[in-house]
Amino acid sequence: MKLNYRVVLLIIATIFGIIFSLPSLTQSERGAKVTLGLDLQGGLHMLLGVKTEEAVTSQLKSIASGVSRFAEKNDIMIDGLNASSDTVTFELLDNDDAVLLDGYFKKVEGTVVRASGGSYSITMTPVAVEKLKVQAVDQAIETIRNRLDQFGLAEPTVAKQGVDKILVELPGIKTQEEEQRARELISRAAKLELMAVDEDRAMRVNELGDAEAMGYGDKILEDALQPKVKHLVREIPILDGTMLTNAQVGYDQNNNPTINFTLNSEGAQIFGDFTAKSVGKRLAIVLDGKVYSSPVINERIGGGSGQISGNYTTAEANDLAIALRSGALLAPIYMMEKRSVGPSLGADSIRASLLALVSGFGLVILFMMFYYGLAGVIANLAVVINLFIILALMSLMGATLTLPGMAGIVLHIGLAVDANIIINERIREGLRAGVPTRRAIAEGYSKAMRAILDSNVTQILACTILYVYGTGAIKGFAVTLSMGLLASMLTAIVGSYGIYLLFMDRIEKNKNYTLWFGMTRKAK
Amino acid sequence: MELFKEDKIYNFLGKGKIFFLASFVLFFLAIALISVKGFSFGIDFTGGTVVQVKYSGAAPIEKIRESLKKNELFAHATVTEFGSPQEVVIKTPASTMGLSNDIGDTTKKILTGTGDFEIRRVDMVGPKVGDELRVKGLTAFLLTLLAIMATVTFRYEWRFALAAIIAIVHDIVITFGFVSYFEVDFNIESVAALLMILGYSIHDTIIVYDRIREHIEESKNTDFVMIVNEAVSRTQSRTTLTSLTVFFVVLTLFVFGGDIMMGFSFPMLIGVIVGTYSSIFVAAQLVVWTGFNVAGYRQMLAEKVKNRAEKEKMRAQFEQGIV
Repeated sequence: MKLNYRVVLLIIATIFGIIFSLPSLTQSERGAKVTLGLDLQGGLHMLLGVKTEEAVTSQLKSIASGVSRFAEKNDIMIDGLNASSDTVTFELLDNDDAVLLDGYFKKVEGTVVRASGGSYSITMTPVAVEKLKVQAVDQAIETIRNRLDQFGLAEPTVAKQGVDKILVELPGIKTQEEEQRARELISRAAKLELMAVDEDRAMRVNELGDAEAMGYGDKILEDALQPKVKHLVREIPILDGTMLTNAQVGYDQNNNPTINFTLNSEGAQIFGDFTAKSVGKRLAIVLDGKVYSSPVINERIGGGSGQISGNYTTAEANDLAIALRSGALLAPIYMMEKRSVGPSLGADSIRASLLALVSGFGLVILFMMFYYGLAGVIANLAVVINLFIILALMSLMGATLTLPGMAGIVLHIGLAVDANIIINERIREGLRAGVPTRRAIAEGYSKAMRAILDSNVTQILACTILYVYGTGAIKGFAVTLSMGLLASMLTAIVGSYGIYLLFMDRIEKNKNYTLWFGMTRKAK
Repeated sequence: MELFKEDKIYNFLGKGKIFFLASFVLFFLAIALISVKGFSFGIDFTGGTVVQVKYSGAAPIEKIRESLKKNELFAHATVTEFGSPQEVVIKTPASTMGLSNDIGDTTKKILTGTGDFEIRRVDMVGPKVGDELRVKGLTAFLLTLLAIMATVTFRYEWRFALAAIIAIVHDIVITFGFVSYFEVDFNIESVAALLMILGYSIHDTIIVYDRIREHIEESKNTDFVMIVNEAVSRTQSRTTLTSLTVFFVVLTLFVFGGDIMMGFSFPMLIGVIVGTYSSIFVAAQLVVWTGFNVAGYRQMLAEKVKNRAEKEKMRAQFEQGIV
């Protein structure tokens, strides 16, 4: 027996395969492992869409509130300030202030200001809109990630998909209650707004329609605790949650959980100024479009802190504080796709696919041994090594093993022996034609090689396309299959040939073709 | 063991017309079936929700239907047993966009009181996603066909490529005719199966083509029909054996993989059978019918060899500094 480079290569590949698949097989803590897909271990998978156009609307609103503050500060008289979904409009009453106003708009980036007579209309440039949309998605990803980190779930995945989609995967979710809580935490806009109550018209709130209220620059909001109660507030908020620095759970005098928030210095300044000139009026604390409280302002409030009280449980207050701290979502998100799998179903799927794997494997191994004798055993050995290599490669890549991925592996076992079947049939053909053993094997390999290469290359091509255009679980399927094809070329073409070479002298001497190739050779 | 002991050459092409007729009939039956009956598309394509519920006892299907009826989200819902009498699958074309209080939560509320149950799976796909998947699936399919056309043309000849593509389409159409007939769910795994069958079919076909090419190169035989017959006969043992091993594993997937894998394992099962048949009886036959010219091909090969030799000569001269 003489070692040859092919056998050495096969041994190296085998050792590589075993070493790097061990962490996955033993589920040890150390080393790179294959992660189980959510369909196998259970968990929540969501594809979220971002309503980016609403980020634009809210940006326009904040431009409007900037205009309103600037006008007030500089005693500029404006009227009919209104922010629609794509433009801010208002009337400038005294044209002498136009210069001052133009100076202000120069500093606001990404806007186009059109003024004719005294009517102004402000829109955003297409570039600024695009930028804002991208920003809204990125910010949503960042925010969701922050919230999930603070929520304390194991290994959350938050990733951008395409242009405006977000993939969220939460393997830690085990029950439906947990799932619901996580979903609410993620989707919470957490948009805090402090708004002035329109005291002049507040009495008529129940008679006003939304359109009419808008005409006055007002907005009708529901009460958070008593849905029937309505509040009439100025449409443009005094300030919003972007100026928030902290939010913590606290308790009020009745020991009910509340959320205490603190504003940054700019926010505190605006808040102080507003309260100073609005003594006797009411201030509405609005969260996600609902009024939580509307206390009367008794004096100027400095320090910039406030409290939100609602009928919260401590857990709810906690989640809300997390949401406020991690910042508001610039744009609302919605569910495009959701797949949640309970852990028991995942376990069932693992069991079913392992059963398929083992029985499929068993059938193939028995068949090959029965049909080809020792040549079949060599082919089987190649398949086993193959499986180790697939697992090792997947572990090193940190790939995810999904249910379709498992199906891919099972399917691969059937396909992996193909290369060996082609080779063995070729060898038999040669032997039947009376070619000496050594030459029959060598020719069998060289002739089979071209067919194997041609067909595998086309298949890998198909897998690549499948990977590029596939989604989620299908990608896993493409990965396992192409790994398998590569591994099988290595084990069948290089490896098993090496084994034949290793035993060549014995095969030649022994001449037992039934044992070695599962065939009877006619005596010549 | 030897199933194919003798090096006998069968006259596959002599029976060509019979197989052509069989394929033709099957192909158009499948097309008729698909266009009339269509597929029962899964929610991956249509959008909608699937909820899998397991009860501790036998699932009270009637009661579940009764309770669901009251909610408009489930107006067109179906409730079917899934795998065992304890388990049911509720399917509805409706989906919800909100994250809080989604259709899964609603289902749980509705089912409260029908018994002791556990919601094991909620799959919800919005309508947009389904559209995207359809476009992506179709693009992937067409791109793969194109890639195969290109590689086979490059490695063999365009007539081989054309025949291979026709064989692939033949396999896939017939397979999905069965899928339509048996009303198996057509979902994202079925797309994977479709592409797998495509890969398998071309794989088998190329093995046969490789033999044809080898015979063209190594023999002086100018009778293409005889060359094809010989190639098919010689590869037939391999085709059958590999199909057997693949069939084994697909069968175990079909048997043990459960209902959840049905969309994949069922088309695969049919596809392996049809793919094997077509690579023996259809693909090679088609090359003959495309009017493949052996003499022309040999001439092309000879020219290739000549060109290569010339290039090498030039390079050698160049390296020696003659040119």
